[in-house]
Amino acid sequence: MATTKTEQTVSNTHMNMPGRFGAYGGRYVPETLMAALEELEQSYAEAQADPAFHAELDSLLADYAGRPTPLYLAKRLTEQLGGAKIYLKREDLLHTGAHKINNCLGQGLLARRMGKHRIIAETGAGQHGVATATVCALFGMDCVVYMGEEDMRRQELNVYRMRLLGAEVRGVSSGSKTLKDAINEAMRDWVTNVRTTHYLLGSVLGAHPYPTMVRDFHKVTGKELKRQILEKEGRLPTAIVACVGGGSNSIGAFYEFIPERQVRLIGVEAGGRGKALGSHAARFEGGSPGVLQGTYSYVLQDDAGQISLTHSVSAGLDYASIGPEHAALHDSGRAEYVSASDAAALDATVRLARTEGILPALGSAHAVAEAIRIAPTLSSHDILVVNLSGRGDKDMGILARELNLQGA
Amino acid sequence: MPIRFTNKPGLVVYLTSGDPDLATTREIAVAAIDAGADVLELGVPFSDPLADGPVIQRASERAVAGGTRLVDVVGLAKELRSARPAAGLVIFSYYNPVLHFGLERFCAAAAAAGVDGVLVTDMIVEEAGEYLEHLHRAGLAPIFLAAPTSTEKRLQAIAEASEGFVYAISRTGITGTQETLRSDAQELVARLRKYTDLPIAVGFGVSNAEHVTALGHFADAAVVGSAIVATIEKSSPGEAPAAVARFIKGLRQVNPVPAR
Repeated sequence: MATTKTEQTVSNTHMNMPGRFGAYGGRYVPETLMAALEELEQSYAEAQADPAFHAELDSLLADYAGRPTPLYLAKRLTEQLGGAKIYLKREDLLHTGAHKINNCLGQGLLARRMGKHRIIAETGAGQHGVATATVCALFGMDCVVYMGEEDMRRQELNVYRMRLLGAEVRGVSSGSKTLKDAINEAMRDWVTNVRTTHYLLGSVLGAHPYPTMVRDFHKVTGKELKRQILEKEGRLPTAIVACVGGGSNSIGAFYEFIPERQVRLIGVEAGGRGKALGSHAARFEGGSPGVLQGTYSYVLQDDAGQISLTHSVSAGLDYASIGPEHAALHDSGRAEYVSASDAAALDATVRLARTEGILPALGSAHAVAEAIRIAPTLSSHDILVVNLSGRGDKDMGILARELNLQGA
Repeated sequence: MPIRFTNKPGLVVYLTSGDPDLATTREIAVAAIDAGADVLELGVPFSDPLADGPVIQRASERAVAGGTRLVDVVGLAKELRSARPAAGLVIFSYYNPVLHFGLERFCAAAAAAGVDGVLVTDMIVEEAGEYLEHLHRAGLAPIFLAAPTSTEKRLQAIAEASEGFVYAISRTGITGTQETLRSDAQELVARLRKYTDLPIAVGFGVSNAEHVTALGHFADAAVVGSAIVATIEKSSPGEAPAAVARFIKGLRQVNPVPAR
């Protein structure tokens, strides 16, 4: 494949640069943004070294966001499947309903340190937009959220929530009208208003330092998980399963376990409705290395290097690229990446709701689907931890349609 | 051909290749050169032009939908080189189409086609090691963007890595027209001048004769993009070459600027 060659070309010079994960990552942005990225990198390094920053963030995570989140043994699901013991890391119980708040609180504090009072963000499923709007309300900052029009339609409840919180939601009508297009528009805003504005990017994507910084703000998930599973089981899990759109919840759950080689790390991409380009967002199955929106990673693209359209029942998992650290974990074999179809995710949603009384977000349901698939193949000594990254209330519109639920 | 500006100020004209179609782009390019463009930037259409405003976004969308690929833009350059041997030809792209084509293969093909220089919008100097090696080996001029927000250290690196000319961005923002040029542009050119004797071209928002004249007092060349692409958008394919030629001549219909 021609792409193998370009990958090696990049890796030769970049392997040890900051912001690189193996060959992946880097900074591919318009020059206008470089001063802001350098400032952010610097401020982040200073904040990392400042105990007061950590104290304030930890206090907000505990008292405002609701950390630590429980590690819950899904007993009925485990019994039904008859294999591995299944635990759920309940990030869905966090304030605003998903893991996204971890990163938003961290970057919100950073923006305040940098004296930037205007925040912009992109959102797919709306969870990052809601978390950003929430933090802006909390810190008294101006907030503009870019969201694809298709996603606004699919996740209307979150549009209302953002607007109620005081954020301005700007619909994006270019391209596929989903997450990728919202990021393009947010980048255009940032390049224009860079002197006054912080771009609160919502996943482990984009130019350095974002993939590293956003991962750091989410690694609390894996740290808690490790402590909790050792308390409950006295040993590490067989595998951790998490869905991967950009890859923030999964890297947050995986990161602490990367050195623990016996723990399998399983990322679940959106398999959508089929293998054809445009019908899914399985970057490792259908993509190849390329540069999109500031970073070098796996990208769904055609043979001219144009970025492909994607599909998933889950807004937010339908992104054409993937965080560069996942690309490195994929190539090294440290993490495994599989995909779950729209249908499997919908089945998993219903199953988890009816066996455990827990309604997962459609994104998180992809991870549940993979756990349902593999649990019966494992023994009762095995432990699976599913990172339940968000709750599904926001998806009721889609679920009502897809599942033909009766209303009033 | 090395890149040369014979007019004062020089004129760099950006075209989105394949908008409305490749044959028309070729005719527009020839008309632009004949009307006084010193350098043509042949834009490679990309699905995600995040540094561009609505005009070039729409042109890129049309060209991508029409199937224009990087290899077609190289072919276009080859035809233009044979039609107008003295014109400066620059390929202007986002990085992914070039990376996907293969850096080495692209540089060899572009050099063989007679391309003078390459500008990749999302390529910054720190990431450019391998990129510069391939351009140098093929004898292509790397052109980098300098921004009003660039630090002194960055401006120096940009000036040192560039050949042919340095492209100074007139303001923070995306491509597109604006009413007035801000003082940002003049300040940036003055800051850049400390680090280079290369011609400095100012672009982003340059759209009329007043802008070009004003730029002539402090810069070596003006880059006109969105205003030309908008002219093409408003014209039928048959009329577009003449419309663009008229527009370019109009940019020069002012009193001559004394040489710097």
